Formats: sequence, C-alpha cells, structure tokens
Amino acid sequence: MKVLYSVEMKNITKRFSDTVANDSVNFSVKKGEIHSLLGENGAGKTTLMKTLYGMYQPNEGEIFINGHKEKIENPAKAISLGIAMVHQHFMLVEPLTAAENVVLGYEPKKGMFFNLDKAREEVTQISEKYGLKVDPLEKVEDLPVGAKQRLEIIKGLYRKADILILDEPTAVLTPLEVEDLFKVLRKLKEAGKTIILITHKLKETMEIADRVTVLRSGTIVYTAEKTETSPEKLAEMMVGRKVSFEVKKNPVEHEKKTVLELKKACYSKNKVKILNELSLNIKSGEILGLAGVEGNGQTEVIEALTGLIPLEKGEILLQGERITDLSPIKRIKAGIGHIPEDRNKRGLVEDFSIKENLILGYHRKSDFCRKGILKNNNIAKFASKIRTQFNIKTVDVDTEAAALSGGNQQKIVIGRVLSQEPKVIIAAQPTRGVDIGAIEYIHNKLMEMKEAGKAILLISAELDEIMKLSDRIAVIYEGQIVAEDEADNFDEYKLGALMTGSK
Amino acid sequence: METDMGALIASLLASSLRIAIPIAFAALGSAFCELVGIVNIGLEGMMLAGAFAGVWGSYITGSAYLGLLFAVIAGALFALIHAVLTIRYKTDHIISGLGVNMLSLGLTTVLLQVIWGNRGKSCEVAGMGSISLPIIKDIPFLQDIIGNISPFFYLLLLAVVISWLVLYKTVFGLRVRVIGENPQAADTLGIDVYKIQFICVILSGILSAVGGAYLSIGDINIFGRDMVAGRGFIAMAATIFGGWNPLGAFGGSLLFGFAQSLQIRLQVFNIPVQFAQMLPYVITILVLAISNKNNKGPAASGKHFKRGEV
Amino acid sequence: MKKLLKFIYKTDLLFSLAAFILALLISGIIISLSGYSPWEAYVTMTAGAFGSPNAVAKTLAKATPLIFTGLAVAFSFKGGLFNIGAEGQLYMGGFAAALVGIYVQGLPGILHLFLAVVAAGIVGGLWSTIAGYLKIKRGTHEVIVTIMLNYIAIFLTNYFVSYPFKAEGMIPRTEELPASLQLTRLLPHSQLTTGLLMGIAFALIVAWFMKNTVYGYEIKAMGFNQDAAEAGGVNLKRGILLTMFISGFLAAMAGVTEVLGVHGYFIKGFSPGYGYDGMAVAVMGRNNPLGVVVSAILFGALRSGGMLLDRVTDIPGDFVVIIQALVIIFIATPAIIKKVMKKKERRQGNGN
Repeated sequence: MKVLYSVEMKNITKRFSDTVANDSVNFSVKKGEIHSLLGENGAGKTTLMKTLYGMYQPNEGEIFINGHKEKIENPAKAISLGIAMVHQHFMLVEPLTAAENVVLGYEPKKGMFFNLDKAREEVTQISEKYGLKVDPLEKVEDLPVGAKQRLEIIKGLYRKADILILDEPTAVLTPLEVEDLFKVLRKLKEAGKTIILITHKLKETMEIADRVTVLRSGTIVYTAEKTETSPEKLAEMMVGRKVSFEVKKNPVEHEKKTVLELKKACYSKNKVKILNELSLNIKSGEILGLAGVEGNGQTEVIEALTGLIPLEKGEILLQGERITDLSPIKRIKAGIGHIPEDRNKRGLVEDFSIKENLILGYHRKSDFCRKGILKNNNIAKFASKIRTQFNIKTVDVDTEAAALSGGNQQKIVIGRVLSQEPKVIIAAQPTRGVDIGAIEYIHNKLMEMKEAGKAILLISAELDEIMKLSDRIAVIYEGQIVAEDEADNFDEYKLGALMTGSK
Repeated sequence: METDMGALIASLLASSLRIAIPIAFAALGSAFCELVGIVNIGLEGMMLAGAFAGVWGSYITGSAYLGLLFAVIAGALFALIHAVLTIRYKTDHIISGLGVNMLSLGLTTVLLQVIWGNRGKSCEVAGMGSISLPIIKDIPFLQDIIGNISPFFYLLLLAVVISWLVLYKTVFGLRVRVIGENPQAADTLGIDVYKIQFICVILSGILSAVGGAYLSIGDINIFGRDMVAGRGFIAMAATIFGGWNPLGAFGGSLLFGFAQSLQIRLQVFNIPVQFAQMLPYVITILVLAISNKNNKGPAASGKHFKRGEV
Repeated sequence: MKKLLKFIYKTDLLFSLAAFILALLISGIIISLSGYSPWEAYVTMTAGAFGSPNAVAKTLAKATPLIFTGLAVAFSFKGGLFNIGAEGQLYMGGFAAALVGIYVQGLPGILHLFLAVVAAGIVGGLWSTIAGYLKIKRGTHEVIVTIMLNYIAIFLTNYFVSYPFKAEGMIPRTEELPASLQLTRLLPHSQLTTGLLMGIAFALIVAWFMKNTVYGYEIKAMGFNQDAAEAGGVNLKRGILLTMFISGFLAAMAGVTEVLGVHGYFIKGFSPGYGYDGMAVAVMGRNNPLGVVVSAILFGALRSGGMLLDRVTDIPGDFVVIIQALVIIFIATPAIIKKVMKKKERRQGNGN
C-alpha cells in the first residue's frame, strides 16, 4: 500500500531579493503523524511553513495536499485545504474576546449581523472536546500566554483543520505548560490530525515527534524516523559540525560585592501592578539569572534599572549610590551597560551605519565628541577596532545595520556595551534570534566578562540558557521575586513550578 | 423674555448643526479610514473635490442631486489615489495625504478657471435647498432648530446610524476593527485585508466629499477656491476626540459647530474679525490637548501592512 | 567630478529627476485635457523661468524662501516629525523681524540685522515648539496642531497689521523698514537679494550640523527609531522640542528674506504658500540639505514659469500646484518610478 502523505512540498525555492531562504526543498509529512521540522534560527523553517500556509509564494516548486497538486495563493486557500498555522507571535486581536478571535474570517451570522452567541457555543464545544481550556468571553488581552496558545489551536480546529502547523510553540511556555500542550497534541493525533512542529529544540523533538526533518541554511539535510536517530546526530545535522553544549562555569574566587541594587521597586501600568516591591542584588563576578514566564515584569525590571521607566516607589543603588532619578544617559555613563531584549526595537537603529550604532548611548563620551562636535575620525577608528574584536561580518563599518544578519546585529549591540567597560551588564535575551555559532560566542563573552569581575543580570526566556550560565537564579512571578538561590539548588521542574506560581 | 431666550438658543443650536454637518461627514470618513489603519490627512482635499464636483455637476445637469452624485464620484476617485498609494505602494500615509490635498487644490483651482474663467469662485448653481419634515415642523422649539434644514442633515443622521451599526454589529465591522488592531492576524485568518482597507478608504473619500458638497450645493450654492479651509483637519480632530467611534465623531463635530456658532454671536461685541476667524482652529488645538491622553487609536494606524510579514 | 557623481548617486538625484519628469508628463496630459497646449505651457514656463537674466533672477528669488521652508520641513522629517506649520512660522518670524526692524533703533546696521534675524528665528521656533510641547505633554499629533497654528498665525499677523501696527494707507502692512536693514538686491530692480546666499549658507550649516554634531546624531537616531534612541540615552522630549524649534527657526528665515528682502515691510498675505511648498521641496530634495537647494530652485522655476503663464496665456498658472502635488506623490512612492524606469524589482512574497 502506498503511504498517504498529507503534505508534499517538491523542489520549493523561495528567494527574498538577494538571499535564498529555501533552496529546492523536498519536504513531506505523512498523514496522522507528528513531524518535527528542526533547525537553527534562520534555517528557513518558518519561511517554508509560511509558503505552505499561503503567506509566501514560492519562486519554484510544487505543493501537494493529500495527493492533489494545489496552488496556495493566500491563507484563505490554505484554510480551505484544511491547513492551520499557529504563529510564533500570536495572531490575536487583543481588545476582542476569545470567541470573536476564533471565528474571525468565518463568522456565524444572524441575518445581516454578527452572531456572538453562536460563536461562543462553537468555541466551548471545541475546547471541551480536546481539553483546550479557554473562557470564550474573556478579552484576549486578559488571557495568560498558555491560554492564548490554546486559543490559537482552537482557531485552527474551528476552521476544520486537519493539518496543524505550530511555530516554536514551547518558546513561551513553562515546562508544565509544555507537558499540557504535548497532551493536547497527542489527543489531536489520535483524532487523526497531522501536526508539523517547527522547533530548534532537540529535547522536544525526541519527546513528541514521530519523524523529524532537519533544515540547514535553507536546504533539507536529514530526514528520519525518531526511533532511528539520536539527539547527537540531530545536533550535528542542525549545525553542520559536532557541537559541545557544555559551557564551563568557572566560579570567580575573589570576594563578591553588591554592585547594583533594586530595592522594593513598585511600578504600575493602567492601574495594574507590574512590579510589586521587587528587590534584586547584582554582585560583581557573578551572573544572576532572572527566570520567569514572559510578561511577569522582566521588561519592567530592565527598563527601571536602565531609567526608561520611572519607579513609583523603591530605589536603585549603584555601588551604594542612589541613581533612582538619573536619566538613561547618566546611568549609561555611570556604568550600566544594557543589551536590550528586543534588538530591533531598543537595540539598534537599523538605518544607521554600523559605525553610528556602535557609539549609541556612548556618543556623548569624550572619546567620540567634544563640545557637541562629533570626532568622526575617532569614531571610525573605534568602529573598525570593535568590528575586528567582535568578529562582526561586514564589508565595512559604513554599511547600514539593517543589512546584517541577526547574529551580526547582536554582535554590534554586545560589542558596544562590552567595549565600554561597564560595571554592570543587563543582558536581556542576549541570544534571541541568532544562530548557534553566535550563541556560543555570546555565551563565552558573557563568561569572560564575569571572570573579569563584572556584575551581570541575565534575563532570558530560555530556561536552558539561564541554568547554563547563571551562578545564582532569581525567579520572577507577577512582579515579585518568589525564590532566589544558588543555581545548583534548582532544577528545571522546580523552576517551572516557581515560574507559574504553583509553589 | 423667555421666548426670546428660547429663540436665541434655538438659533444657536441650528447654526451649530449647520456648521457641524460637513465636519461630521468627514469625521465619519476619518473614523473608517483610521480603523483600518490608514491615516487620512487627505480628507481636506477629498472635501474640496466634493465641493467642486457638486457645483460642477449641478452646473452641467441643472440638478443639485446629480451634483451630489458627481461629488460622490470625485471623492471616491481622490480616495482611490490615497488607497492605491498607501495600500498598494506603501507610500507614507501623511505624505500621500498631503499630495492628495495639493492635487485637489490644484485641480479644482485650474478647473474653476477653465470652466468659469474665474480664479476665485464659480457662478451660482442650483442647490439642494432645504426640507421640512411634516411632524417636526410643528413641534415647538425643535421646529426652530431643524424645522427647515438641509437634506444633508438627514443624510448625516442616516450615515451616523448606519456607520455605527456596520462597525459594531456586523461581520464586516468586526473585520474592520480587527485590521486596525492587528492586520497580520486578519491576514492569517484568510481575511482579505487589502480589500477591506480599500473599501474603507474609498468610503472615507465618499463621506468627506458629501461633507464638502454640503459646503457648496448645500449652503451657498457656489464653489470658492480652497473653500474647505481646514475643515478636513478639524474633522480629524473630531474623530480623535470622539474615540474613533461614529457617534463620538458626530458628537465631536457638534462641539466644534457649537463653539463656532457661539463665536459668530460674539462678533457683535466689537471683537476684531481675525480673532473670531481663528477661534475654530484654537478650539481644535484645545480640544486635542484636553482629549484623554490615554485615548489610544487603532494600534496599527499609520503602519504599512505587508502580507507575510510578522 | 567623481565626487559630484557620487553625490548624485547617493542622494538619488537621478531618481528625483525622473519623478519630476513624470510629473511634468502627466501634468501635460491634464493641460491638454483641459483644452490647452502643453507645448505652449511648457515653452512659456521655461521662458518665464530661465528665458532672460530677469527671469533667472525671478526664479532664484522665488527659490529663496523655498530653500528655508524646504530645510525646515526636511529637518523635522529627519527627527521623525512632520512640521506642516512652516507657513505659520514664516509669518510669525517675518512679523517679528519687521517689529525689530521698525521699533528697535540706534543699533549699528549689521547688529540690527542680526537682531532682527535672531528674533524672527526665535519667534518662529517657539511658534513651532507649541506643537512639540503638546506632543510631549499631551500626545497630540503635530500634523494637526501645526496646520491649525498656520491658520492662527495668518489671522494673528493679519490682525496686527490691520490694527495696532498698521502703516497709514489702505493696505494692511507695517511701516517701511529702514534702508540699512533691507537685504541687498543682487540684480537691480529684481526681487533677488542676498537672501539666496543666506539660504545656501543655511543649507550648508544644516548639512554640517547633521553630520558632525552630537545633536544632529541624536535627532537622526530619534527620527529612525525612537525606542532605540531612548535606550541609547537620547532625551526624546528634549529632542522633539529641539527639532521643532530648529525647524521653526529655519521656516522663519523664509519670512525674514521676504520681509527684509523682497518687500521691505510686512504685508498681509505675503506668502503664496511657501510653507506648504516647502514640503514638496523637502520630499523632492530627499531631506538632504543640498538636495533641498536644488529642488527649491526647480520649484522656484515652476513658480516664475507659472506667473508668466498667467500673464501671457489663458492657461491657468495654478497648474504648477498640480505638478508639485504629482512630484510629492511620485517621489514618496519609489515603486511607481522604478516601474516606469523599467527597473523591475523581483520581489515575490509581497503578496500583491
């Protein structure tokens, strides 16, 4: 008997102006399996799946759905073919209710008007059938992350999807929530659905997938049954060489002193308490990892420390001196280095040249500027030095930052901060969206800085990263630190429980 | 004495309404546009086009109602330019709007000269006149306000109510609101974002042009160079003040109308005419300044939406 | 020469020129649809703009205020702001210059001139800063506020020269300024004055400021990415106020060169929309100060050409406004020009 394929993508090539995102990709998924599409950031996984979902048109190649050749011009066509996609960034409309979000595009009507009651019923039905708990009348902006994700899955099922694409679904979840999600996925599989899981995590792949395909630099390099492969093999395939996942934690011997202190910080937004008497101590020669589910106040901790938001109560001390009311530029000058969590939002001016970006925040320093006049020669020399030192791959430092890859962009941000001898480094999501090579590089740099006696606060959504690098870990939940201890005293499950407030 | 006061108030309200009509039409248009994420500075030019086309249509056909049809078409055409530029070609919304305004000013002025041989104004044409509805004209007080009023007023009421129903009670309205908040989400759900954006921008042009037509064939029955005089921008302010809601936009327009008509009364007190003239603009600034700062518009307003971008 | 080519390439001058030509072509179609000869129109306009030394002088005279308003708008664009209020700012500035000229006495000529210029700049700058202030305090969009301020400034100065500061006679205007204060005419009996040189000087200063000062750097950072600028220690509130102030200052200079140069007094309604034209100039000059000078001269040529059109033909000179509108639209929409220039962009996934 011929194996039945839900999805067959043949010789798919997708180009964006000069770069090739997918190069003659052949990718097929059997009916009723959970298939992991594995690869590093930037390998072309999302592009391939967006092509399947009709958001991109391939330059070359054909797509077959359930054996029939199809031209998928837009998501509407994909939906009609029974394909649904849960995007990494949720595609939800915050001010609308859960039910309204689910039915969008296929709204039940009563005469000329929209029928909200019917929408609610439908959502309740699906949610009960697959154990996807969501309150249909709650506004999306009030839902926790896990519920938002369940809502996205319900959206797909409401559209009668048989093929479900999930893009990095676990990135925003705690270990416990991940288990719940996997339960749902298994249930869906039992119900005959085909599931494609985009991920860069080996562990997940080994846990849930039936088959796995590895994508590297836009081409398929490996496809196998899960039972016939190993994490080591998959890792090698992903990166193209053997990798070691160990970073040596060398505890710093000399005395640790508190450098930056946040004392009983309070901050509210729209009358909701975001930071609730939160205190933190960041010491020299130490990496303090701040673990937590996104949206529990991490962003506000970063912005309070860097002076981007004012505190309602509490204070901030740098080496014992009160800096609570200092402007961002004065804090930078005082030695607080900031690697922003969102590189493209806070970290870089994409239209600026590499050179201009490398001095941002330090542009008023006497090295770069005298009496308001920029020292353009000094700046150019400095930029070339940093470019070499931090291995930024570019033609010259006059190139616009927008032209660089994520990893090289991040090297600009990191090079900028580390080259200015900060006393404290606030590193938020330092490796988000960069390739494995750059991750290793950035991790090593942070370790070097620690060994040189800097105080480092690491905020990361990747628990692995927190556990790998931190000497001490603090867990943030609903604007408070709920636990703080030596890193060795935590394991993944304990952290997970703390992060969700269930301990 | 009492009746005097009543008559005074009635006439004040009547003139407030008259002044509010063109602004309210454009404000409704602005609401539709901003709700799908397109900023429309070009309302001014679309109103001007409507004012001109109304007179022109009335001039060549002899019927003010056909003039109104001309206005609708003109408004739709100018809106189409803005829609193509901002949606199809991703032109900056503000610059595109300014271009539309300038194009409208240039075209209407040139055509004024071509058709009537005058740089300042057209000749007088047939207007829409005014109507008195049977019951209303017998209700005391109300009869002094709307007993005898331009048909544009009833058209406006209809437009406000329908706009509200469409936006908040229909599937189309739901989709409109979704696009203004998160066009990517709408796109991934198979909703044709571009289509709805086009519809709304063109709707805004039509509504603005009807407002503009009121200024010409609904009021003085001639077209004058640049006769819209900033009302398009005032309408934008009214929309913001009204929280991007048709009823609110109508309310905001009434407020401007009231302030303006009060100002006209004040001219009796020997205030130099220039101060009276600048009042609506001062009020606009004040209203914007006191509008709730947290009254945020649609999240995706003014941003370009490109398929597939996340 | 190589440097010039690089400049042309870098500022996309070629592209701007293509947009300009396309605008002329389409306007030509509109002219012929209106029943006139586009050939006659453009020949007359060329003659009006460049046909004689006097015509050239007129073109450059018209270009002078446009350089300033163009710089003003371009400067605000650089900072990520839309100053649509150059029209009002030039009236306020021009009026301030006139007041200083008439009522401050006993200063030596050059100092008096300097004072008038600075006063104008400060008044224009502050007028523009109102919009910046409301933006940072109340979140009000500067586009609507600056437009409203235009109307207010026009009526306000109109009131001033109609009542308290009116010179004798029928015309609402101020007294004549002392001769020592009036700008020197570069060609006798023309409107071309040293104001042109002042405009070029200001363009060079703005270019230098943007490239070499820390303030220019911060304003650019703010214009490109406010969030990153903020995280990089740029004080956004101060940046917005500074940008609006400098932009208003530059716009006010257009009032100065008109009042001190062309007229010799402040007269009601002296600007036929120089402030609004400044937007077209800035867009066409691609916000580059030297590009602004070039495009101001082109628009000056359109103006003087339009005037001759009104004088010697039946063709309405207001066609110039249509040309300007089309230039704005085409330049702001590179995709159209690229299509016309047959540079096919191979961009799929755009979904269009």
